[in-house]
Amino acid sequence: MSKLRTARDGADDGYVPSRRRIERERFRRARTRRATAVAALSTLVTAAVLYLVITRSPGWPRTRETFFSAEYAAKALPKVLDGLLLNLRLLVVCGAAVLVLGLLLAVARTLRGPVFFPLRALATAYTDFFRGLPLIICLLMVVFGVPALRLRGVTTDPVLLGGSALVLTYSAYVAEVFRAGIESVHPSQRAAARSLGLTSGQALRFVVLPQAVRRVVPPLLNDLVSLQKDTGLVSIAGAVDAVYAAQIIAGKDFNFTPYVVAGLVFVALTIPMTRCTDWVTARMDRRRAQGGLV
Amino acid sequence: MRLANRPLRLAACATAALLTAAVGCAPQDASPGGPGAAGPRQQSCDRGKLATVAHGRLTVGTDKPAYAPWFHDDDPASGKGFESAVAYAVARRLGYGKDAVDWRTVPFNNAFAPGAKKFDFDINQISISAARKRAVAFSSGYYDVRQAVVALKGSPAAKARSIADLRRLKLGAQVGSTSLDVVNDTVRPAQRPAVFQKNDFAKSALKNGQVDAILTDLPTAFYITSAEVKNAEVAGQFADTGAAHEQFGLVLDRESRITGCVTAAVDALRKDGTLAALEKKWLTDAVSVPVLK
Repeated sequence: MSKLRTARDGADDGYVPSRRRIERERFRRARTRRATAVAALSTLVTAAVLYLVITRSPGWPRTRETFFSAEYAAKALPKVLDGLLLNLRLLVVCGAAVLVLGLLLAVARTLRGPVFFPLRALATAYTDFFRGLPLIICLLMVVFGVPALRLRGVTTDPVLLGGSALVLTYSAYVAEVFRAGIESVHPSQRAAARSLGLTSGQALRFVVLPQAVRRVVPPLLNDLVSLQKDTGLVSIAGAVDAVYAAQIIAGKDFNFTPYVVAGLVFVALTIPMTRCTDWVTARMDRRRAQGGLV
Repeated sequence: MRLANRPLRLAACATAALLTAAVGCAPQDASPGGPGAAGPRQQSCDRGKLATVAHGRLTVGTDKPAYAPWFHDDDPASGKGFESAVAYAVARRLGYGKDAVDWRTVPFNNAFAPGAKKFDFDINQISISAARKRAVAFSSGYYDVRQAVVALKGSPAAKARSIADLRRLKLGAQVGSTSLDVVNDTVRPAQRPAVFQKNDFAKSALKNGQVDAILTDLPTAFYITSAEVKNAEVAGQFADTGAAHEQFGLVLDRESRITGCVTAAVDALRKDGTLAALEKKWLTDAVSVPVLK
């Protein structure tokens, strides 16, 4: 202990590490090399064992044929990508609507003052209801129930109806995320803003929300990725998305490869989205560290 | 040093053990043929003594809900409805009485999943095709299928008299069905067809006007118009597509050893007129429906 302190304290003035220290560092390096080698070896062995277990299993030829057939992958990919357009369109439109509606709901729930009680109560009831209601039931009700009412001027387009159902459910989730963010901002921030002469609205707009939103970016991304995958549920009303396009081929020829293709396409879509958000979050953190924002 | 080496040696031993287990003890295929062999070995079709999933019993799979007129009241075990009756007739041929037949719910998409099957055969209006035979085994066909168009009475779709008339409409069909193949390959509509998970959703969409017409097999079409969507009618049926006419078959595991026996049973039922009699009893005659050309 005392030796270590001496070594650090004397770093400036021609310090020569002791033989014992050199020995210790060499030993440490050796251990690190050994650890790396063991890790590499064990990874290789694990991969080899997995490879052997999978390829030597009696069902493998059949599994390869049903899940990894190049022929069906080639057949499925264009149709899956075609269906993916629907997923992307829904993701962009519904995603934007969900963020706006979710934020409005969260703000409505955090408004103070007795005047706003009905608004608060409505927003609370909304989030309670739609967060609890299973998405598939919400979709079925909206997609088949609304047209059954035969209202004039209301669309029967399954994509529009399904999109609205997605917005209804997901804005409830997102509202809760935003609310958690808003409530995580320390009350002193609001108090300071008011004492500077900002109105309640201005304090919310310029002080509370920027901090709240920044804090909830990762969970928001979670909900967006989840929404991206759930856009496919709109297919319950007959619209063909990427997963459904895969299912159509799978059901026709009894081969599961199209599902694998569709799954990979979705993963490929999610990873850049995550990296992008990581970048945005890191940039926001840098700006905060410089004191650019409150 | 000795101490330090111990985990390493342990890991090496564990690896060796794992490798041995992986290569040596991997579960072997029950049937000696296995995939890639000349074909599963057939067993003799001794009455009531087949190599079934449950010894001495016959397990039959179908989806839930089980639709009329193929089944009655969503109860496959009732013996009522065409497919329920066919299943029991086949069972009897194989030497299994009504008490020895168990029903199991098998979603359509699970009927063709690779791996051990939990049923001896599946009966679920599954059409035989060459591509599907690569994944499962089929008995010979027990029913010749014709596809039909269902539309709301008085709608433009109901007045369609040719395939060309259908081309402009918004059509719907169930996923995985040959009805959908007819839409895509025979009708080739201008609008992308709607594809539904279940026929129930297709019916709702038809009622709501979200599609102009739906395609199903003819008996289902008759059932829909007579019992479920009363203001709909069967607008027309499609002609047999020449040599490759469509048939429903019983689905078996590709490695099943009883496929030959089941096929023989179906063939015998066709020959002695049982299938024709069951068809007459449970399925509506289709002569009056115009054929779309």
